[in-house]
Amino acid sequence: MDLLLDAVVIGVLLGCFYGAVSIGLSVSFGLLDVPHVAHPAFLVLASYGVYIINEHYGIDPLVAGLLITPLFFVLGLVAYRLYYETFEKRGTDAGVRGIAFFFGVAFIIEVLIIMQFGVDQRSVTATYIGKSWRIADMRIPYRMLVAFAVAAALTIVLTLYLSRTFMGRAIRAVAQDQEALRLMGVNPIKVKQWAFGIATAVLGIAGALLIIVAPVEPTLDRAYIGRTFCVVVMAGLGSMSGTIVAAIILGVAESIVLTSFGASWAPAISFAMLLGVLAVRPQGLFGRRS
Amino acid sequence: MKRSNIAFWVGAAVFLVAIFVMTQVVGNQYPFFAGYVILQFIALAVAWSILGGYAGYVNFGTSAFFGVGVYTAVFLTKAFEAPLLVQIVTAAVIGALMGFALGLLTLRMQGIFFSIATIALTIIIETTVMNWRFVGGAAGIQIARPPATPPFDNYVQMLFFVQALLVVLAVAISRYIQNSWIGRGLQALKDDELAAECTGVPTLRLKLLACVISGALLCAIGAPSAMYLQFANPDSAFNLNYSVSTLAMSLIGGTSHWSGPIIGAILLGTTQQLLTVTISSEVNVLVLGIMLVLFVVGAPEGIIGLVRKLRGNRKEGGT
Repeated sequence: MDLLLDAVVIGVLLGCFYGAVSIGLSVSFGLLDVPHVAHPAFLVLASYGVYIINEHYGIDPLVAGLLITPLFFVLGLVAYRLYYETFEKRGTDAGVRGIAFFFGVAFIIEVLIIMQFGVDQRSVTATYIGKSWRIADMRIPYRMLVAFAVAAALTIVLTLYLSRTFMGRAIRAVAQDQEALRLMGVNPIKVKQWAFGIATAVLGIAGALLIIVAPVEPTLDRAYIGRTFCVVVMAGLGSMSGTIVAAIILGVAESIVLTSFGASWAPAISFAMLLGVLAVRPQGLFGRRS
Repeated sequence: MKRSNIAFWVGAAVFLVAIFVMTQVVGNQYPFFAGYVILQFIALAVAWSILGGYAGYVNFGTSAFFGVGVYTAVFLTKAFEAPLLVQIVTAAVIGALMGFALGLLTLRMQGIFFSIATIALTIIIETTVMNWRFVGGAAGIQIARPPATPPFDNYVQMLFFVQALLVVLAVAISRYIQNSWIGRGLQALKDDELAAECTGVPTLRLKLLACVISGALLCAIGAPSAMYLQFANPDSAFNLNYSVSTLAMSLIGGTSHWSGPIIGAILLGTTQQLLTVTISSEVNVLVLGIMLVLFVVGAPEGIIGLVRKLRGNRKEGGT
């Protein structure tokens, strides 16, 4: 029983972390329908960015993550522009060619990281990494608590942004009806580009969390393709609060399987859940589309 | 028999004879090692495009089929010491069953969701194999080659010839499908599935057929790989690189004609072999990524499309 409770607590913390790494995809794939399979590759790239800053200047990884968000915002703007010009503008099967395109991008990022840093694992140093908090019989690593807190803050900020600000509402509007937005005199492409920029900027902080929670390696993105897409699809494409709930479900499921069957089954959990959701309830748990 | 048919079969026969003569004459082993990989990619790309090209269902699960083929061979070798032919045929049967299951998935999901589901399938199967002790688990397994069957005096040369046979088989099937009612039906459902269904095209039956044929071929192509490498581990047998390479080769060549994937596979496969030898295997993944992005952005119809465009322009200029 204790073991189960342990697994659930760790699972919830892990789930919030998954929520933080998925929330950008929830905007780019969930709201904008961009098949962004390079999202996890961008995430790993952000982790390496944080690693460089931490290694050279000794700056706290979270601050380093904040520092690189403007860079990632610009990267997002450029990436969407390129995607729009080459696929969405031309119409026909943008999704399928888009996924091939983003796979190509992901491979390029992977190899560039390998050529620069080698295949070894990299980690950052901070005061809260390596220590844990004892409560009753449980030991909770501080780094998981940090990830949990930052993930919660990130989700709240992004949810408020999308529901309270003018631009946030415009982003949700463009997801619902692009043409209507155009009739209102707004350029939907500009709104989408902005939204993609935000979705990518968030990766700066998510990347910091990724390298805080565990060491990263160049091909780590492959494991996160399943996790991020599982969370976003299960959440129902574009629901922010749904994203965090779905992420917690995944985190708890992974954590329980990990403690009862061993680590070797863990990679399949997210994909099995993803497949199950796609087959049984394609609109997700909190779907915006009927 | 039409003239183009005769030309095709004569070409195939000449190709096989050339391959056979090569195995008898060339003494150096290296050409066979490198050539095997290129042949394997040609066969994979052709088999993939039956579903991915003609029907437009982009399958990212090439590595799932390939890996299952590899592990079918591993299992049969370890359990029964089954000969190569039995391994390939069994792999094809299992691949056909997997293809059928994949075909049923197309009922519920299309477009990008189908692609994501195929990636999911790959990882799930890979994890299952990783936890299967009998075939070596995550650490992998060594396999000893039996002596080669005459007239081949070396096992790699024999595998080279077998893979060439699989290439001819895959190309012949793909070419037959393209020119028959199946290809026209698949083309119709690629353009607009709903419209095709409404005009009486049996879309489900066609999709299932395409999935089964493509799956059986992909699995069969994977089977000899176990003997080729004399080693199998889940990480490399189910590597995502197979999926992306195969997809890239088909897209680079062009999927509207059966010869497209062949052109793409020869081009990309040869380049990768040269780069692996001369520089490193990392660079060859980089080239794969760059070529994929360049072609998807710059030439969505692939080389075939580029050639057609050039020809079209010339005709317009002439008249």
